[in-house]
Amino acid sequence: MPTHILGARLIDPASGRDEVTDIYCQDGKIAAFGQAPAGFNAAQTFDARGLVAAPGLVDLSVALREPGFSRKGSIASETLAATAGGITSLCCPPQTKPVLDTAAVAELILDRARESGHAKVFPVGALTRNLAGEQLSELVALRDAGCVAFGNGLANFTSNRNLGRALEYAATFDLTVVIHSQDSDLAEGGLAHEGPAAAFLGLAGIPETAETIALARNLLLVEQAGVRAHFSQLTTARGAQMIADAQARGLPVTADVAMYQLILTDEALHGFSSLYHVQPPLRSAADREGLRQAVKSGVISVISSHHQPHEADAKQAPFGETEAGMSSAEILLPLALTLVEDGLLDLPTLLARLSSGPATALRLPAGRLSIGGAADLVLFDPNSSTLAGERWHSKGRNCPFIGHCLPGAVRYTLVDGRVAFLG
Amino acid sequence: MTPTDAKRPLQLNDHGQLRHFLSLDGLPRALLTEILDTADSFLEVGARAVKKVPLLRGKTVCNVFFENSTRTRTTFELAAKRLSADVITLNVSTSSTSKGETLTDTLRNLEAMAADMFVVRHADSGAAHFIAEHVCPDVAVINGGDGRHAHPTQGMLDMLTIRRHKGDFEKLSVAIVGDILHSRVARSNMLALKTLGCPDIRVIGPKTLLPVGLEQYGVSVYHDMNEGLRDVDVVIMLRLQRERMQGGLLPSEGEFYRLYGLTIQRMGLAKPDAIVMHPGPINRGVEIESAVADGAQSVILNQVTYGIAIRMAVLSMAMSGQTAQRQLEQEYAAEEQN
Repeated sequence: MPTHILGARLIDPASGRDEVTDIYCQDGKIAAFGQAPAGFNAAQTFDARGLVAAPGLVDLSVALREPGFSRKGSIASETLAATAGGITSLCCPPQTKPVLDTAAVAELILDRARESGHAKVFPVGALTRNLAGEQLSELVALRDAGCVAFGNGLANFTSNRNLGRALEYAATFDLTVVIHSQDSDLAEGGLAHEGPAAAFLGLAGIPETAETIALARNLLLVEQAGVRAHFSQLTTARGAQMIADAQARGLPVTADVAMYQLILTDEALHGFSSLYHVQPPLRSAADREGLRQAVKSGVISVISSHHQPHEADAKQAPFGETEAGMSSAEILLPLALTLVEDGLLDLPTLLARLSSGPATALRLPAGRLSIGGAADLVLFDPNSSTLAGERWHSKGRNCPFIGHCLPGAVRYTLVDGRVAFLG
Repeated sequence: MTPTDAKRPLQLNDHGQLRHFLSLDGLPRALLTEILDTADSFLEVGARAVKKVPLLRGKTVCNVFFENSTRTRTTFELAAKRLSADVITLNVSTSSTSKGETLTDTLRNLEAMAADMFVVRHADSGAAHFIAEHVCPDVAVINGGDGRHAHPTQGMLDMLTIRRHKGDFEKLSVAIVGDILHSRVARSNMLALKTLGCPDIRVIGPKTLLPVGLEQYGVSVYHDMNEGLRDVDVVIMLRLQRERMQGGLLPSEGEFYRLYGLTIQRMGLAKPDAIVMHPGPINRGVEIESAVADGAQSVILNQVTYGIAIRMAVLSMAMSGQTAQRQLEQEYAAEEQN
């Protein structure tokens, strides 16, 4: 449907464009900026004066829970929730049941995502079969089925030798690997950042070194293999510094951080609320500051929701027996706008971390606005606000921000020119 | 950073009285003193021929132990009986949960049987908070020990022991020795001593058995036992679990005993009238020499006696605070209807 978006402040970090203009969409693509193309007949017009128009957000980690965990979420529910957060493209991690280690599972996910018709889905395949860290998955078959990258989540490899080989194999075919760095031995049994809060609460700690030791090893193996690597879910200031050092010596690695990690610290655990049980854990205030500065400088070029919806029962137990993870994709943009409100980032930089940054990291056809490109946009009101939880589409209500008033409000999320979410 | 319990009001009612007893965190000094005073008065009851008072008559107290215990369970049972309550004791580790019933279901079933109070011990830190907040907020919940987090009645019985034998907390030096890292008793003791104004709290142990962030408790850390014991009034020894050797935290029991075992000789470093405490069960020859445990300065068995009085105090105070809260809530509801 030919769509005329009237008078929005268009911010496209990829091209550096930031101006108030009109946008014309046709056949699911962007047809023109400023002036209507010849013969354009708008079937609908959105009055976007006062709104910001940006590339639809690209979230590198949204757990869809299908197949295997449909009590926690479905592809339909979670992709819809994502559009409410301004997301038009997302990557889903391989922790499904069965694990996303065969082309059949990838095809199933992509089929259901297409049927649902909300956000676009780009699966991340399992680097090893059943995520066991031992035998490689058929990476090329998975790539051909639509997987855009490969990871092993928090599950460690059984040996450094196996990990090195997996990276070399991926490098052969120029595949991108998504690496979580948490040493499972140092993190064994841990529930919270090893610091005063965990000590006070009597929760077993996960030391900073669980991240930094694994990260040091992973960076060295990545360098040796020459593989394209994206480091996911950093939690420590020291870890961010190690990524900065690697980039400074020319290693082309990228990194992301969970949005909630830029807001919360382990102090939130006082009171034992299981909503703050996440893995890797919430860290100290100094870590949060280090991560925020790395996002500002661009060392961390990606902010992701690391959305993990759960059914109510999964969080209804003493802290240590609950499942880790937070449901937050559907407030990704309002949460992220707190970084602008805090004065940490300007709006174009924030939008870069949420669109062009992630798209570049995993080479996704998304995250920019260009003539002839997909009309994947988010239109939001930066001066309005969102009461988190007032409407909720995810099956998982495990979100500690519910009830909070957050800056900005998503008005329209367009996927291929179609209104996927109306705020 | 001072630790602040986000859910601090959880264990107090709208008048600031105890309605659950989950942790000593956030409880004011006056309330701790009230517990000690109440327990003092109950100690007399224990000395009588007829050891019962009718404070909890008609009430049902359920001891729900998800973790093994002898001393704590028995003294809670005795405390409830001396208050004339009906008492049920369940060792859940061996019953429902092995059939797949969740903690929530077990407790809600007991609540449906009209239990007025739960005494809960559980291996997970935060279990008592979870029960009081999410499972049965209308039943008074008493923490009988949760993971490494807290053992508040043990903390208070230790304070009663210190007060009865040494008097004013503001003039005392207290040393806590051994495995602080895994000890809920140590955490509760440190909080209680700090709240009660003890100016010199020392913890003694190797780095592998000390948690990070001890400064938040206002304690000073010693790795050398001889230095740490110098001129203290109170020595609290902690139990050393045998499995600590396997985790690489300690080389051997022998080395631990040589470095941190409380011997007659080492007791000579403390003040001459210093007392020796231990929450039990004792590992003789591992953390403490028998001659010290059974010696004149030991108050280890007094602790057990005081434990009953403290538990009577906490049970009766929490029951009355919970009852008052329910009445208040009924009044609020009635007001809203009018």
